[in-house]
Parts: sequence; structure tokens; C-alpha cells
Amino acid sequence: MSDSSFPRRHPLLAQTEHLRRRRFVNRVMELSAWTGAVIAVGVLAVVITSVATEGISSLSISFLTTPTNPFGQAGGISNAIVGTGILVALATLMAVPIGILVAIYSSEFAGPRSGFVISYVLDVLNGVPTIITGIFVFGLLVVGHQQSGWAGAVALAIVMVPLVSRSCHEVLTLVPDAVKEAGLALGASRWRTMLTVIIPTALGGLITSALLAVARAAGETAPLLFTSSIFPNLVQTDPSQVLPNIPVTIFQFSESPEPAKHAQAWAAALVLIVFVFVVNIVARLFSAQARRRIAAGRQ
Amino acid sequence: MDRFGDRGLYALTLVAALVSVAIAGGLAATVFSEAWNAISTFGLGFLTSGNWDPVHAQFGASALIYGTAVSSFGALLIATPLSIVIALFLTELSPRGARTPIGTLVELLAGIPSVILGLWGILILGPLMQRTIEPALHSAIGWVPFVGNLFGTDYSIVGLLPAILILTIMTVPIVSSLTREIFSTVPAAAKEGALALGATRWEMIKTTVLPYSRSGIIGAVILGLGRAVGEAIAVTQVIGGTEGIKANIFLPADALASRIAGQYQGATSQLQISSIAYLGVILLALSVVFSGVARLLVRNTQRRSGG
Repeated sequence: MSDSSFPRRHPLLAQTEHLRRRRFVNRVMELSAWTGAVIAVGVLAVVITSVATEGISSLSISFLTTPTNPFGQAGGISNAIVGTGILVALATLMAVPIGILVAIYSSEFAGPRSGFVISYVLDVLNGVPTIITGIFVFGLLVVGHQQSGWAGAVALAIVMVPLVSRSCHEVLTLVPDAVKEAGLALGASRWRTMLTVIIPTALGGLITSALLAVARAAGETAPLLFTSSIFPNLVQTDPSQVLPNIPVTIFQFSESPEPAKHAQAWAAALVLIVFVFVVNIVARLFSAQARRRIAAGRQ
Repeated sequence: MDRFGDRGLYALTLVAALVSVAIAGGLAATVFSEAWNAISTFGLGFLTSGNWDPVHAQFGASALIYGTAVSSFGALLIATPLSIVIALFLTELSPRGARTPIGTLVELLAGIPSVILGLWGILILGPLMQRTIEPALHSAIGWVPFVGNLFGTDYSIVGLLPAILILTIMTVPIVSSLTREIFSTVPAAAKEGALALGATRWEMIKTTVLPYSRSGIIGAVILGLGRAVGEAIAVTQVIGGTEGIKANIFLPADALASRIAGQYQGATSQLQISSIAYLGVILLALSVVFSGVARLLVRNTQRRSGG
């Protein structure tokens, strides 16, 4: 607007007091939005830096390969790593097939009313505090028996099912109808179309959904408190026994007054957070790939 | 073969759908029956009695309800404006290239396991609160009548304020990513119309983006509230787990979900276990209400964008 043919003090360009105030308010608001974004990223940076710097000093090969030790500083978390691996694997094996099947039902077969019921139930399940899931499985599988890896895995699976099925439902509805209709027009039956056309097209997105649920389950403490928390300091692989796990170990160490336990909690937190972030990032790579494939199907 | 396959696929998916409905129903029924002993002993008086005394078998939840209310509302009081400005930044202001990385970072914040946030809260944030932040807040606000009572002089590592801050960190990513989705449904024509009339960017946001998104934002905030109310682990780590209601938010307190988590090993009597499940029933009722209302508000906005 600083065109030289235009007189500088032309009345249309004069900054009235009013305009100046509007511009000022605009500036303040833009600045506060920038500040908000900086705060969010800053908090993430502070937390990650704390975990990394505090955790790295206690992290060693022997920390990863020796079980927890109730006394002194010599202990590691090998039992918790093995236990978390088994718990999350069992929960994934239960939750992912159920979640994908529910998503297929709600995207392919459900009528308006049953579709509403399913999505409502999934929303409610997703909103249930995970500590309540723990109390539920405690009443279902632990009362009258004892805590066990199975109980912990079932509790984690209940947390995962609504996550997997809601995001898989979104992925399946993204597959263009034209792709589906092409399969049906070739004479393929519905289930063949599902298995050979729709699922391969959506595969990247389905894997993303499963991986994000795995990342969430690996860090969940509350469902395990009542189901798999009172464990021995040794490597346990039998799910009918109580399985040690990383989140509950961090929780218990953080409540301890001993600085040595705090140091171990930081190191365990570093292990857990690296796992969760790596899974998250891998999941995003799959979702980028899926988006490309679905976009290709559209053309 | 194909007819069999179609029927089979339908039956299999139907069974899975029914399983998910059964989980929800079974969960409610089981928690309710675990709590039945306490419900029939204390009735609704459980909600108004503040006495949690395992030795004399007296249990009441009013102090915990207070702790949950203050920590959750306090967190959302900070998280709501912060989330809205982050979402505005990501949809309206950010340079195009920075959008995805910053959005991803905010979502990674949501991925931090709550037990790790709690660990950070008790070992890093807590001492900082006690040494620096709480004395500063006291000298800044402590003299104000009434409100000043919330910011007293007993500084503490654990307490309601650390719980509020940790819950803020946990809810901001949820509320801001939902709000961002809602903002992105505002029709470009409306925004361009406002700009063409000479509105500044903020005036455009105030007159088109915010009014259009209002019910969706309220829904997102309620979802965040549901998350804050139900968070057990991180709150247990930082809130202190004490009895009673105190005005000073620097002091230790306790909340519904954190009381459940805090007593997982210590429950001795049937009545105590049942009272813990009663706390669960309260939380369950709250979460069903929150997710129902939020769903209504958020879905309405999404439907409008689709139609």
C-alpha cells in the first residue's frame, strides 16, 4: 500500500485512533496464541528433558537385565520389562481382533439404530476412568482367586477395545465406496470384498489404530493396580501368576521415600517413554502411508 | 461358500459388537454389586459425610468429592483458554510448515503415560512449588479478601495445586486437538467474508470462528473434565492423600479416583472394599453423564460440517 503515487496522508490511509486500537487488540491476541503454543511445546520439552537427564544416569545394561531388588541400589527392571511385554501382547491379541470386528460391524452391517447404540457404547466405554476398569476386572477375575497376568491383560484389553474400534471405524469409512463397489461389481461376495479389497486398502490405518492402542496400554497403571500389582522381584512369564510391569513399578518407586528408588523410577520412566514415543511415531508413519493409498484409490 | 462366508462374517462381527456392549453392561453391574454393601449401609449420606475412618468402619466421600471438584475445575479453568489459543494458533496463525510438527508435539504430550507425569510432578514440580511458586502466589494473591484464603502460607510439595497443574498438562492436548478439529470445520467463506469486510484477524475469529464453534468447544471441555475427574494415578502421586477439606489449595487433600488408587493394597474389611467400589460408582455415573453430554455437543458440530 506504500504506493508512491498515493499521498501518504490520504484520509483513507490515516490510522485513526479506532483502527489503531483494533490493530493493537489483534496483536495482543495473536501474541497470546503464540504464547499458548510455546507453553505447550515448552512443557513437553521440560518433562522429556527431566525424564531423559534424570533417567540416563541410572540406565545401564545391567538395569535392563536384572530384576527389581527390594533393598539397596543393585536392582533393575528386567522382570517388569518382560511382564509388561507379556501383558501388552496378551491384551493386544484380545483387543485388536475384537476392535476390528466391531469396526467392521458398525461400518458395514449396522443399521442406523444399532450403529447408534454401538458408537454410544464405545464412547461411554472410552470415557470410563481406567481405574474403574481395574475395579471391574478385580470383581470379575480377582475376587475369590488372586491377582494374575490374565486379569491385568483383560483389564488392558478393555481399555484398548474402544480405542481400536473407534479409530478403525473411521479408517474403514474412509475407504471410497467406488473401491468397494468395484469389488462387488466383479462378482466378489461381501466377505471377499472385505478381505481382499477393503481391508488391504485400509491396512495402514488399521495398523496405526492398533499401534496407538498398544502405546496407550503400555503406559496404563490404573487398570493393573487391582489386577497385577503385588508381584515378586523375579522374572515371571506365566500369566496365571501376577506379572510385574513397568508402570506399577514406577508408581511404587515414586511413592517410596528412598532416593535410590527415585533414580530407578526415572530410569524405568525413560525406558517406558522411549517405547511409547517410538510406537507412536511408527504408527504415524503407517497412517501417512495409508492416506496415500486411500488417496490413490480415489482417483 | 460365499453365502456361508457372508453369513459368517456378519455373525462374527455381530458377536464382537455384542461383546463390547456386554463389557459395558457387565462393568456397570459388577462395580455396582461390589459397592452394594456400602450403598445399603450408608445410602446417599455417603455423599455428604466427610468421615473416612477404616478403624470405626465409617466411610463418606464429601471431602473426596470436594477434592475432585476443585482439582478438575481448577485444571479446566487453566486448560480451556490455553487449549483454545493453541487451537487458534494451529488453525489460523501458524506458518504452514510448522502446523504438523507442533500439532504432533501437542499430541505426543497426550501420549506421556500418566504415571510418568506424576513422577515428574512429585519429584520436580513439587519441590519447585514449595520453594518458589507457592510463596510467590501467596505474596501476589494472598492479600485479596476471600480468594486469598485459597493461597495460604503452608507451602507443601504435594497438594491440590500440583494436582491442578498436572491435570492441566493432561487435559490441554485432548481439549486442544478436539477444538482444532472443530475450528477446521468453520466454512472458509464465512471467514473470508469477515476479512473482506475489513475485520482484523482477531475480529474475524471473534465474529465467525468462535460463535460457530461454541457448542463444540463446550463439548471438548466437558470431555477434558471427564478425563480430569477420572485420572487416578498422577493425582494420587501429587495430591498427598489426606483427610478433610481445607481452604488452602497448597495443602494436601484427596480426590475420588486417587483414593481408590491409593487404597489398592490397604483395604482390610469387606465394607472398606465396598466403599471404594462406591467411589467407583460415583465416578462411573459422572463419566457416563460427561461422555453423553460431550458426545451430543461435539457430534452436532461434526454433523453440521458434514451437511
